[in-house]
Amino acid sequence: MIAHKDLVPLGRVGDSPQETFVLNLGPQHPAAHGVLRVLLTMDGEWIQRAEPIIGYIHRMHEKMGENRTWAKFLPNTSRIDYLSAMHYTHAFVGAVERAAKIEVPLRAEYARVITSELNRISSHMVWWGALLLDLGGFTPILYAFDDREKILDLLEALCGARLTYCYYRFGGLYNDVDDAFLKGTRDFVAHLRPRLKMYRDLVTDNIILRKRLTGIGPISADLCRRYGATGPVIRGAGVAYDVRRAEPYSVYPKLDFKIPTYSEADSMARYLVRMDEMEESLHIIEQALDQIPTGPFLGKVPRVLKLPVGDTCYAVEAARGRFMVRIVSDGKEIPYRVKLRTPSFSNLSLYEEASKGMILPDALAMMGSLDLVIPDIDR
Amino acid sequence: MSFLQIEPVRILLYLVGICAFVGANAAYLVLAERKGAGRIQRRPGPNEAGFGGILQPVADGIKLLAKQVMVPPGTDALLFRAAPLMVMAPPLMCLAMIPFSDSIVARHLNVGLLFVFSFGSINVMALMLGGWASRNKFAIISSARVVSQNVAYEIPMLLVVITLLMVTGTMDLNEIIHQQGGGIWHWNLFKVWVNPLMPVTFVIFFICMLAETNRAPFDMAEAESELVAGAFTEYGGMGFGVFFMAEYANIVVGCSLATVLFLGGWQSPIGVLSGGLWGAGWFLLKLYGLIFTVIWIRWTFPRTQFYSLLNLSWKILIPISLFTLLLTGAMMKLPVVYHQFF
Repeated sequence: MIAHKDLVPLGRVGDSPQETFVLNLGPQHPAAHGVLRVLLTMDGEWIQRAEPIIGYIHRMHEKMGENRTWAKFLPNTSRIDYLSAMHYTHAFVGAVERAAKIEVPLRAEYARVITSELNRISSHMVWWGALLLDLGGFTPILYAFDDREKILDLLEALCGARLTYCYYRFGGLYNDVDDAFLKGTRDFVAHLRPRLKMYRDLVTDNIILRKRLTGIGPISADLCRRYGATGPVIRGAGVAYDVRRAEPYSVYPKLDFKIPTYSEADSMARYLVRMDEMEESLHIIEQALDQIPTGPFLGKVPRVLKLPVGDTCYAVEAARGRFMVRIVSDGKEIPYRVKLRTPSFSNLSLYEEASKGMILPDALAMMGSLDLVIPDIDR
Repeated sequence: MSFLQIEPVRILLYLVGICAFVGANAAYLVLAERKGAGRIQRRPGPNEAGFGGILQPVADGIKLLAKQVMVPPGTDALLFRAAPLMVMAPPLMCLAMIPFSDSIVARHLNVGLLFVFSFGSINVMALMLGGWASRNKFAIISSARVVSQNVAYEIPMLLVVITLLMVTGTMDLNEIIHQQGGGIWHWNLFKVWVNPLMPVTFVIFFICMLAETNRAPFDMAEAESELVAGAFTEYGGMGFGVFFMAEYANIVVGCSLATVLFLGGWQSPIGVLSGGLWGAGWFLLKLYGLIFTVIWIRWTFPRTQFYSLLNLSWKILIPISLFTLLLTGAMMKLPVVYHQFF
C-alpha cells in the first residue's frame, strides 16, 4: 500500500504555473455535521490550506450567563454540546457546588456517574454512526441509533428530556434514580456488550474501514498540546490524559477503569480509543450500579443562591474531551462571568495545521475522527 | 411469416419493449434498493405510497417531473442539457444485444460483445461532460475522478473478457450462452478445467462492473459526504432523475452481461427447461440475484479511498487478469503442443 507520506502531488515541470482553487466546504455540506464552514485552498484534490470558519451558530451562552441567576443558566449548559449534555451540566453544577461549598449526597454522585457514562456511550454512538456516514457506510448509523435509543429512553424516564437533559441540580439531582432505571441500565449493559462485539467484527475489522483510517491524519501529542486538544484526540496520540483521573471529581476515584490509549496517533487510533471507551463506560456503570447507596438525592441548598466572591473552576471529562467551567462571582445572585472551555473548539483549531497536504476524502475522514459538534465550538 | 416477424414491427416492438424494461427496472430498482437498504438497516423502507410502498417510484417520478429543469447561469447550457441524454442512451443500446432467452433478443449480432463494450464506454463521457458543463468545483473534481476510475477499470474488465473470448471463440452473445448449456457445471464460471482461475475472473469482472457503474464501495463520482452529489450537484428535477435512472440501467446492463458471460444466460442450472419463456425466467432470476448482490454490497461497505481504488485496479486486478489470460492461453495450447510431440 501507498503510505500517506508518498501521497504528494507530482513534481511540476519547470516553472509551470501552479494553479490552486478555493473550495468552499460548508456551511451546508453533508460532511460538515452542522454549520461548520471550511475554506479549502486546493491543488487538485490535495489540500494546501484548510481554514475553518466558525460562528454560524453562535448563541452567546457565556454572555447569557452574565444576566441570569445561577440556576437559570443551568439549562443553557445542556445546549452547548447537545450530545453530551450530562457532562456539561455536571461541570456547571460542580463549579457552583465547589464555590458555594454545597455537600452532594453519595447517592446523587453515583447517579451522576451512571448517567454521565450512559451519555458518553450515546454520544460516542452518534459519532460512530456519523463517521461511518462520512466514510460512505450508511448502515452503521441506524444500528447506533437503535442502541442510543435505549439510553435515551432510560434517561427520558429519569428527567423527561431525551437530548438536552437538565438532570443535575445544585446539591444533587432533579429526581431520584428509581429501581426501574437501575434495572433497565443493568439490562442495557448486558445488551450492549454483544452489540459492541458485533460492531467490532463487522465494522472495526472491515478492511475498507481500516484502510481509510489507518495512517490517515496523524495528530501528534505535541500538536495536541500546542492547540489544547483533549479527550480521545490526545488519548489517540498516546497520552493517557483523562480528567476523570487527572483532576478527579465526583466518585470516579472510587471506581476502577482503564484509560484507553493508542500511540499510532492516526484516525484509527482515535476510532479505537472511542470504541474502547464505550466498553470502559459499561464497566464503570456496572461498578456504580453495584456500589450505589440508598439515601437522599438532594443536599441542602439555600433558597436564594449567592456565591461568595471568588473564582472557581470545575472540569469534567466530556465525550469530546476536557470541558471546564470557570465562574467568577461578585457575591450577587447573578454570575459576574461564566467562561466555558469547550473541547471541540480546541480539537478543531488543530485542523488547519493537521490537514495540510492531505487529499480531500482523507481530510474529511480525519475531521470525522475529531468528533466535532459545531454548537460546542460556537457556543 | 407471422406478423411479429415483419422487420419494422419487430424493431418497434423491441424498441418499446427495451424502453419499458429499462424504465420499469430503473424505477423499481430504486424502490428495491430503498427497500433492501431498509431491511439491512432494520427499518421498513418506503411504505406509504400504495400497498407496501409499491407506488413510491410513481410518486418520485411525479415529483421529479413537476420540478423545473433549471440550467444554472454560467453553465455550458448545451452540454448541460445533453449529458442526461448521453448517459441514458448507451444502456438502451446495450440491452438490444442482450439475449433474454433463446429467441428473445432485439438484434442478433455476431459481434454483440464488442457492441456492448463500445457503447458501455460512452457512459463515462456523459458523466464527465455533465460534471464539466456544470462549472461547479465539486462536479469537476468528480468528473476527473470518473475518468481516471473508468479508464483504470476498463482495462482489467477487457482483459477478463479477452480471456473469456479465448475460451468461447465467439463474440456472439447467444452463441456464448449456447456453449454453456447442459447444467450448472457447464457455465463459464465453473469451467475450471479450461482455466482453474475462472471463478477469480468472474470476481474481477464483477468488481470492475461495480467500479464502471460507479456503485458503492467505488462511488467516487457521487461520494456525497465529500463532493455533495459529485457530477450531478447542479442537476435538479428530471435532469437528476435521468442520471439516477441511468445508474440503475447501467447496473442492469452490467449484471446481464455478467449473467451472459459467466452464469449461462438463459440456460437452466439443471440442464433441462431452458427453452422459450423458461429461459427468460432463468435469465431474470440470475440477473436479479446479481443486482441484489450489488445492492447488498452498497449498504454493507464504506467507500474506498480514491487512491486505493486505483491501486486495486493497477496493482492487483490487472496483474491477476493478465495472469489468467496467460494461463488460459497456456492451458489451451499445451494439449496441442503435447500431441504434436508425443
